[in-house]
Amino acid sequence: MPTLPPGFRLQRETNTEEFFINMGPQHPSTHGALRLALRMDGETIVELVPHFGYIHRGMEKQAESMSYLQYIALSDRQDYLTAIQNNLGVVIALEKGMNVGVPEKGEYIRVMLQELGRIASHLVFFGCFGGDLGGQTCLLFGFKEREMIHDILEEVTGSRLTTNFFRPGGSRYDVPETFIPRVKAFLDHLEDSMRDYERFLSKNIIVLERSIGIGVLSKEDAIAYGCSGPVLRASGVNFDVRRVNPYSIYDQFDFDIPVFHNGDCYDRYKIRIAEIHESMKILRQCIDKFPKEGPWRSKEKPVRLPEGRYYSEIETAKGLYATYVVAATTGEKPYRIHTRGPSFPHIAALNKMAQGHKISDLVTIMATLDPVIPEIDR
Amino acid sequence: MQENITLIQYFKRYLKRCITGPWSLMCGLSVSLKYFFDPRRIVTEQYPENRKTLKMHERFRGRLEMIEDQDGNNLCTACGMCERACPNASINVLATKNIAGKKVLGRYIYHFASCTQCGLCVEACPFGAIRMNQEFEVATTDPNSLEMILNKKEGQG
Repeated sequence: MPTLPPGFRLQRETNTEEFFINMGPQHPSTHGALRLALRMDGETIVELVPHFGYIHRGMEKQAESMSYLQYIALSDRQDYLTAIQNNLGVVIALEKGMNVGVPEKGEYIRVMLQELGRIASHLVFFGCFGGDLGGQTCLLFGFKEREMIHDILEEVTGSRLTTNFFRPGGSRYDVPETFIPRVKAFLDHLEDSMRDYERFLSKNIIVLERSIGIGVLSKEDAIAYGCSGPVLRASGVNFDVRRVNPYSIYDQFDFDIPVFHNGDCYDRYKIRIAEIHESMKILRQCIDKFPKEGPWRSKEKPVRLPEGRYYSEIETAKGLYATYVVAATTGEKPYRIHTRGPSFPHIAALNKMAQGHKISDLVTIMATLDPVIPEIDR
Repeated sequence: MQENITLIQYFKRYLKRCITGPWSLMCGLSVSLKYFFDPRRIVTEQYPENRKTLKMHERFRGRLEMIEDQDGNNLCTACGMCERACPNASINVLATKNIAGKKVLGRYIYHFASCTQCGLCVEACPFGAIRMNQEFEVATTDPNSLEMILNKKEGQG
């Protein structure tokens, strides 16, 4: 908080009394039905306890009475901003069980849709970050480009948000002929727009004052709390599943993993902007190498998994998304499916980040964590 | 939290920000104005006005419907694969027997209210008897209209 010079520190009142307030469950900056119980000293946060469960739907329990294919449709409803990525996480676990491979074109379709999903999610972050700090123009800017991605997704998958697209051995449809030209046109447009948007927000004095040095998460804490994705990389840990444990064909592309070292709100913002550029880089390589001919799905067979335990982990826009499937008997229903979502550890670390800050800074910190509450409650 | 800087350094930075701060705000405002006045950057769809030209993509998943020829015959054999594939039990396939004693489709009952339009039924159908149409204006004031019978005729078996 670089606001007061050394000699200008205000003296604290001697008789202060702590009090509780609730933030949420219906609060625009908690990004869903999340309740934060705050112990306050004046305007300063002393302690923060998050309460979950307002939209708990019991997805993991429901999965026990569902077939594997039906669970892919259910995974759309977890992190609805990156539904296409959740689909892939589930499907990779099923592929390990069924022991099927994916043709080259199928892999390219997967990577391209993954990166489009990542850009869409980061654009929502960009919009909400500006919106939470009070700039409603920014909110519309972020959603404007996201709309184009959703138009592409709608043409390819048939739905804007709940895509339900990937299947073991490939995907449900081949991409239409218009897909590659559309993505190319979109990338050119986005490059132009991102230049404007960075000019709009990245150097803005209000953003700088409200985010630099706010909500610092140290490297040790980020690892200890199990943070992942941009939050972890903003704290200086170079960990990305795409690089550390490559799935699909991510090892064939040339891209950087941006890492920042301060761990404050501004770094968490910058890292997402940098990741949009990296995703665009991957998409351009995909467009160059995209195979025109060839199968996009391996031979279709019924989704039946042999007895065993299967684990997959992927890097979604929010962080590490892992699926653990336990098949007790050979068949088309799981015994148990567990999902490890990225947002829960981030909210768990919120107390550490927000302590000692003002309540208005909590809004900034929440925005840069970019949590999706339905994914936490499931 | 306090920084280890001298008072002079602090005021130097303060004065610098007095200049750069308003300039950064002006930069942001110029972007806003550019988007405000440039008509090429308008992306809004004029929705109720463009209703006649607005077409959904071929793959768009709207309401479930049965593929029928001109006489209203369908390909359904009442095998019940779609019923089993549905995650939320939106489909009830009621089979009956025709005059030859063969199992045919009686009524194909579809509960639109509980349908999530995931499209698993269309994927599961081995005969290609159903599809999802491009209808997207599906709001209604009558809840009873959401329970529908999709087939006009009994199945051919």
